[in-house]
Amino acid sequence: MIAVRTEQLRKVFGQFTALDGLTLSVEEGTIFGFLGPNGAGKTTTIRILTGLAHATSGKAWVFDKDVTTNRNEIARTIGFLPEEPAFYAWMTPREFLDYVGRVFGLPATERSARANELLVLAGLEESAKRRIGGFSRGMRQRLALAQALVNRPKVLFLDEPASALDPEGRKEVLDFIEQLRGQCTVFMSTHILADVERVCDTVGIINRGRLVTEASRDALLAQYAIPAFDVEVDQKTKAELIPWSETLQHETWVKTVSIEGLVAKVIVNDVETAKRELLASITRAGLIPTRYEVVRPSLEDVFLHLVGQEEGQA
Amino acid sequence: MSIFVAFHKEWLELIRSYRLLVVAVVLVFFGLTSPFLTKFTPELLAALPTEGMTIEMPPPTIEMSIGQYVKNMAQFGVILGVLLTMGSISQEKDKGTAAMMLVKPLSRGAFMGAKFLALATMFAISLVLAGIACYYYTMLLFEAMDILRWLVLNTLIFFYTLVPVALTLLCSTLTKSQAAAGGIALGLLVIPGSIGSILGYGKYLPGELNTWGTRLMQGDTTTSWIAFGITIGLIVIPLLTAWLIFNRQEL
Repeated sequence: MIAVRTEQLRKVFGQFTALDGLTLSVEEGTIFGFLGPNGAGKTTTIRILTGLAHATSGKAWVFDKDVTTNRNEIARTIGFLPEEPAFYAWMTPREFLDYVGRVFGLPATERSARANELLVLAGLEESAKRRIGGFSRGMRQRLALAQALVNRPKVLFLDEPASALDPEGRKEVLDFIEQLRGQCTVFMSTHILADVERVCDTVGIINRGRLVTEASRDALLAQYAIPAFDVEVDQKTKAELIPWSETLQHETWVKTVSIEGLVAKVIVNDVETAKRELLASITRAGLIPTRYEVVRPSLEDVFLHLVGQEEGQA
Repeated sequence: MSIFVAFHKEWLELIRSYRLLVVAVVLVFFGLTSPFLTKFTPELLAALPTEGMTIEMPPPTIEMSIGQYVKNMAQFGVILGVLLTMGSISQEKDKGTAAMMLVKPLSRGAFMGAKFLALATMFAISLVLAGIACYYYTMLLFEAMDILRWLVLNTLIFFYTLVPVALTLLCSTLTKSQAAAGGIALGLLVIPGSIGSILGYGKYLPGELNTWGTRLMQGDTTTSWIAFGITIGLIVIPLLTAWLIFNRQEL
């Protein structure tokens, strides 16, 4: 089932077009990474999907419910973490979670149990009686995630959940999101590729308000994989590296060979032949390999390739 | 009903931020001091060394004490009404708490209505306390007043106080800056009031409620229902306008 869908979504602010006919769909149960550079339209999309902003044209649905006409119904099924979560500084985290529980109409016993459960999940049980005003950024972010889960949402919208955090805080938040896999659909916007690569199973890339591509992370990596191999040799055989590379250049299955220190990067035309021939060639040349690997493309490569292509067209 | 949930939070906030305490203390203080100062100001002035200067003070009366009370309550009601309401919506929009809460099944009407109800309750409680304090001291220093009329007077002051609250709430909805909200609200309150007094249509404005109440305490039963109707209008219309605007606003 499709959890989130938009069709030809447009949002115009005066002269600026934030969303320019965005069409996307997110399958239920996935962790969807909504990736794009700053100002690409990620936050605007989430604001429209959560009912905080109105689309200029186009439509958006959450579980087949139009977001413009079913705001209250949708509000019961979603959770939302804004880019900069804000709280009532005078409340304690338990009070805030209780307030959110009240808003969702949970009975007192369920509210109390849920607050305890979420405080543990967010690692805030020790700080349950402290005022939120004194919390660190990481603590606030974890509390913000906890409040978004009070109603056990079917879809969780996370706007840049880890972007403003230090490495430790980022790890904590990403671990938290990882734990949600299978429990709900996560729609996570970010401009940090490593975060998407780590937790998301589906990726949508947005640029200038338009969807550049949408696919599963693995399919995307496979589709845009660079057919390359890295060969690192022992210092003792460094002298043989250049003659070997020159010989290799003449092979029909090799596109280019570049050398940097003890590492040769071999970009090939035919991966299967290369897998068979490359190691044999290394042995024949008398090289002692210390590392041999098929280069794994990063989402960064894919992103830069696609966004670069898009910028070129613009 | 989500308005009760939101009201619970607003009420807790008024207590925790000491706003309820501040308003109650200010109004009770002026409730207490109104009869006290009326009674003892002539004596205090007489005790001052005036060297050749003669200060003529009329003998203190219960009417003067009531007039002082009404003036104090009205002035501080407006000031506190504006100050405590100006950030109510604008600050939540600016900080992001409004966006955080309004994606949940909490309607914007309930969110806004709860703020008005909490502020109105705060003023009601503070006025009751101030009214009791003033009544008690007036009884000690002058004589007992007609309780029913005293109740009517305070009810009229209460409605008068709700006008700045409602207008400021509207201004707070229009802007993200609480200073701007407060400034616009004060402008809206002071300018028409001053012009009204000059041009003579002041008897149709909310200030007339205070005059009505004061008259009633003096035994004059002339009513000012037009001013009362306009006051209710000046409470309801800004609230409805604020609700309509807030419902359309993007957060």
